Amino acid sequence: MSMTTILQHCLTGISLGGAYALIAIGYTLVYGILRLINFAHGDIFMMAGYFMIFAMASFPWPVAIVITIVVTTVMGVGIERMAYKPLRKSPRMSIMISAISVSYLLQNLSTYLFTAIPRGYPEIPFLKRIFQIGELSASFVTVLTPVLTLILVVLLMILVNKTKTGIAMRAVSKDFETAKLMGININGIVSVTFAIGSLLAAVGSILYFTDRMSVTPFSGTLPGLKCFVAAVFGGIGNIPGAVLGGFFIGIVETLLVALGYSTFSDAFTFLLLIVMLLVRPTGLFGEKTVEKV
Amino acid sequence: MRIKRNTILTLAVAVVLVGLLYWLSFNQAKNGMLVSILQKSAIFALVAVSMNLLNGFTGLFSLGQAGFMSIGAYTTAILLIPVKNLDGVYYMNGVSPFIRAVKVYLATLPDWFQAIYPFIALLLGALLAAIVAALVGIAVLRLKSDYLAIATLGMSEIIRAICSSPQMDKITNGSYGLNKIPNFPPLLGGLIPAMLTPFIVVAICITFIMLLIRSSYGRAFKAIREDEIAAEAMGISLVKHKAMSFVISSFFAALAGGLLAMYMRSIEAKTFSISLTYDILLIVVIGGIGSVSGSVLSAFLVTASKEWWLRFFDQPLNILGWQVPLFRTGFRMIIFSVLLMVVVLVYRRGLMGSNEFSWDRLLGRFKRKKLSEGGVK
Repeated sequence: MSMTTILQHCLTGISLGGAYALIAIGYTLVYGILRLINFAHGDIFMMAGYFMIFAMASFPWPVAIVITIVVTTVMGVGIERMAYKPLRKSPRMSIMISAISVSYLLQNLSTYLFTAIPRGYPEIPFLKRIFQIGELSASFVTVLTPVLTLILVVLLMILVNKTKTGIAMRAVSKDFETAKLMGININGIVSVTFAIGSLLAAVGSILYFTDRMSVTPFSGTLPGLKCFVAAVFGGIGNIPGAVLGGFFIGIVETLLVALGYSTFSDAFTFLLLIVMLLVRPTGLFGEKTVEKV
Repeated sequence: MRIKRNTILTLAVAVVLVGLLYWLSFNQAKNGMLVSILQKSAIFALVAVSMNLLNGFTGLFSLGQAGFMSIGAYTTAILLIPVKNLDGVYYMNGVSPFIRAVKVYLATLPDWFQAIYPFIALLLGALLAAIVAALVGIAVLRLKSDYLAIATLGMSEIIRAICSSPQMDKITNGSYGLNKIPNFPPLLGGLIPAMLTPFIVVAICITFIMLLIRSSYGRAFKAIREDEIAAEAMGISLVKHKAMSFVISSFFAALAGGLLAMYMRSIEAKTFSISLTYDILLIVVIGGIGSVSGSVLSAFLVTASKEWWLRFFDQPLNILGWQVPLFRTGFRMIIFSVLLMVVVLVYRRGLMGSNEFSWDRLLGRFKRKKLSEGGVK
């Protein structure tokens, strides 16, 4: 393999990684606060793909993007209110089953509404423009994804570290009960978290599907699980960690596909998860927690 | 007195069920659909019970059932495909010479061996899955609740990726899948018709799991579910019992996978995707987490409604010239998803909660009704 091809694959990998990073943040935020793997997050990402298809059918692309992001955010918060909020006090297992059943529902709902046949993803002309950098060629979206991801992450870090909402979010993730005693509106903060997660998933979905060109009701499952692995890899609850994990998985996966091991690229992600959990369960940047009796 | 009454009732129901199954086996041609649904339900009942052993009784939320089922299904299928069909099945890449040699040798063995061979194949598949579970368990069982769930889910995806990879073409036929798998074999030299085999195998397995749950091991599992630290303090070895539950659960899931391969006659890696695990979880949750009889009951109810009673949701329905809206392909699955949501959110105990079926409870319910209708206590 020549240097150019390797660089070309790296570029594709970085782009894929950017989309993964955006989804992984959703997992890491929600897990940090509710200690819940939001199994439905991948399906929210898939639904955002469908929203975009329908929005683009009747609106110009800037309006369509806004509509997609808003509808996805509302859906994310709605799911939290309906499926997770009533189970705050229940055992971990019930809330996890609830998340799985939301994922099941979204998949079946989209199969019913949009059929299981892949739907073409609309092209946004300026995103698909081809660039030539030396011998490398890339569409604009490939270059835009990592840049946009980094900008969004910086904004999110500012939100989490500098604003009042951010402080409240960190407080809730540290200690649910004490945060409540301090007068923090827990339900409000959880809603904000889901809103941010879904918003980033919507952006990620636009970037991801523009490169893949079609959406099916099951196209959210695997990216969803991989992004959770990315979040665990970086240390769950840690935003820069999730971003790093997303980029890492995206690049390795693309390289594995390029080397001809495409069937193993999914398996690699889970192998990484199992190894990571055994060697360093807190992830790269995670904090150690001590279990109390 | 009471114990005697319950025994009589149980025996009566068992006799009626066996009679019904025998009747069905003689009238199979007319009731093909019913037979096939009952067989599928029985197979799913076994998977659901094996998942319940792990999730409901030991408190280890594992989502790897589909992976172990695929190990069982593939092993059974590879061992059972007749030698004469090998070339037809592996038409793309050919079959590995070793497998062919073993199968040609096995085909020369006497008749008594051929009669039990399908069961040996089932057991081998289950043992292989148990070995894999033991190895994976060393690593995975150190994880807690949601990490365990995602790790087992990932493991099941890894198994699926390996089964469908081009590197395994000569063994699992890669992404083409396996077909021409023989149907269920008759038991006891044809004394029991082939149609009843899955029910008998499933009944034996579920009885074994029931006995295990009632034994001291079962009580240890429940103690771990309630409180790991307290259980450890009582002298229960966490590592040993968790691994045991995981291995046994995988063993039976793989056995059910083997039965499923015989039932479906053809398998491919896609059959054993994440959604299969979700389907089984649906059965376990609706039946009640921590109830064997609940899982069995719900396996039959859910499978029957999915394949039969609720089929009409998927067809356009016309009542007196009025086209009922919403009824088209896929609506049935939405009903199931909503049902699962409702059970999780509102009716958390499912059908049976963590209780087992008992005549006293069932009859007690009738009695209470009579009292409320104006009876005097």
